[in-house]
Amino acid sequence: MTVVSETIEKRRSFWSIVRDWWLQYFSEVPLLAWLVGALVAAILEMLVGNPFARLIGMPRGPVLFGFLIVLKTPVLIPPAILYNIVIYALPVLLVARLIGGLSNKLAAWLFQRSVMLSTIAHLTLMYVALHVWAGFNDYRVLVVKLILLAIMVTLSLNVVNGYMGEFSCSHPGFMALGAYTASILSILFFVDDSTFGPALLPPAIGQFAFPIILIISGAVSSIGALLVAVPSFRTRGDYLAIISLAFTFIVKSLIENMEIVGGPRGLRGQPDWATLPVVFVWTMICVWVINNYVRSTFGKTMNAVRDGEMAANAMTINTRRTKMVTFLFAAFWAGVAGGLLAHVLRYVNPGSFGIQKLAEVLAMVYFGGLNSVVGSIVGAVGFNLLSEALRPLELYKWIIIPIMIILIMIYRPTGLIAFTEFDVKKLIQPRNKKDREA
Amino acid sequence: MALLEVKDMTHYFGGLRAVYNYNLSIEKGEIRGLIGPNGAGKTTIFNLITGIYRPSEGSITLDGENIVGLQPYQIAAKGIGRTFQNLQLWRHMSVLDHVKLAQYAKIRYGLVGAFFGTPLRHRQEQEIEDRALELLELVGIRHLADQVVTNLPYGAQRRVEMARALATDPKILFLDEPTVGMNPEELKDMMEIIRQVHQELGLAIFLIEHRMKVVMDLCERIQTLVFGEVVAEGTPDEIRNNPVVIEAYLGKEIET
Repeated sequence: MTVVSETIEKRRSFWSIVRDWWLQYFSEVPLLAWLVGALVAAILEMLVGNPFARLIGMPRGPVLFGFLIVLKTPVLIPPAILYNIVIYALPVLLVARLIGGLSNKLAAWLFQRSVMLSTIAHLTLMYVALHVWAGFNDYRVLVVKLILLAIMVTLSLNVVNGYMGEFSCSHPGFMALGAYTASILSILFFVDDSTFGPALLPPAIGQFAFPIILIISGAVSSIGALLVAVPSFRTRGDYLAIISLAFTFIVKSLIENMEIVGGPRGLRGQPDWATLPVVFVWTMICVWVINNYVRSTFGKTMNAVRDGEMAANAMTINTRRTKMVTFLFAAFWAGVAGGLLAHVLRYVNPGSFGIQKLAEVLAMVYFGGLNSVVGSIVGAVGFNLLSEALRPLELYKWIIIPIMIILIMIYRPTGLIAFTEFDVKKLIQPRNKKDREA
Repeated sequence: MALLEVKDMTHYFGGLRAVYNYNLSIEKGEIRGLIGPNGAGKTTIFNLITGIYRPSEGSITLDGENIVGLQPYQIAAKGIGRTFQNLQLWRHMSVLDHVKLAQYAKIRYGLVGAFFGTPLRHRQEQEIEDRALELLELVGIRHLADQVVTNLPYGAQRRVEMARALATDPKILFLDEPTVGMNPEELKDMMEIIRQVHQELGLAIFLIEHRMKVVMDLCERIQTLVFGEVVAEGTPDEIRNNPVVIEAYLGKEIET
């Protein structure tokens, strides 16, 4: 007994030492400094990443913090950890600590100017760091794009399943609608293609028409959502789950049987418009709009629908309207994400929007946390990194991931970071009292 | 003309007659009580008037306007606020959010405001929040504004329901057993709040209550309901001395 309690004592003291150390040196470091630190680390990696990796016995710099090699070549784990410490952790901590005071003043200045300006400055810095980091390796660019899209999809499903407490399974269907709409529009109008004929408009303006194409794809998904919503929101209960699941299968087999869009073989030849900045900007707009919605009194009626629809009705809330608006809104973003996905992969086939996609999206939502924007972001990033790490297991990945989800459902039923509000202002303001009050 | 007028309302659940030939007329600023043994149909009457059920027969008018067949949220927006017998709070939400949400009918910024955060939205959200804090002050729980409701003691939860019902800007307030399960201390506070709400906001109040002391103290007129039918109506003194009421309701209580 005493031994056990002693080890617990020791472990607690170790963590408390780490915490004290962190609080002492880093509690007043604002986000701005962390972003600069990340940028410095990314530049450092670009300059000395590969030579350093060879020096410590790796063929080249690890693509995703070593997540990819954990299972493939476990012998490389120690050098990967060393690499992460030397190339990422140390520079970030050092830079953040060094410029902490200065960046607090800068953050305060920006914050006083306008919250919008400050947010945009932070996002720009974040993008630059991400761009430099992703530029190290082509595979990274793809993974970053897919993770950003996963954030969009997760967030939009969280709006329905988390914030509104309904169980919708139609997100793959919405994504398929968006992906095919966007693909058809961009190939029809801007690409010389054998099935759709020559381009109807000069391809040069295609890049500028891309946002319009994406908005149309989102709108088409919303129309699809209307078909699900009208019958299933008459009452509460499991109807939505059943009807939305049916919807996903209907969309999938509809596309499989449409020869004009390639049937089960899929559709290829989408132009290369979904570059990293484009995907990044769309994701940020998505996060911003959804966060605006869920924090408004108008959007919080979703929570009232979830926690007690009868009371909501008695408090003047038009719950039917709330459910319709929310469902169509979520479908819109799923459609936009689908459209972007088609252009990221430059290929789309109906098989990728089936039950496996559904499991993936649901897993990200429930892993990250219901009713939480931060949770969805964490869920999407965490799940994708994990799934990259488990890639060598191939099909067995789909045994391990569901088990993990079940464990999370048992021990943390609402997910890792649930029921939090995402306040951008808190994130970007200076961290020390003096500058915050100034 | 009466503020709320119910004429010959009858309601059946399948073959069961829950309410029969019910009549009610409440004037502005009046406090009216509804008593009766368990299962007499008191809450059913509330649910019929607030639109959760649609009466099989009869008419209901609020300020001379027919409200039968409207959705509950429309009736609430027209001016009938209510609380529930077993608390119907939104369990993950803060106290402040409860009172803000009940002002839904006031929101004018629409979807554009909700999605993009327009200046109109910020202004309206501020107004809604100020009003919510005022109401929380009125029921005496302003200091709990940021708490999640499930963490609150029972008495405070009752007050949240009260503030939330008031936030819908009602002309008439329906209270479904507002003191059920309260200890004597909480009971006294709640009666004080009801009086205060009545005086300060000039609301009409329609009250279901089991505790005789509360109804007798608060109400000007009382109806007694037995098996869906009104068996007696009058001032507290008349009700207290009415042999039918004593037999049907009070008499039983004395025996036990």
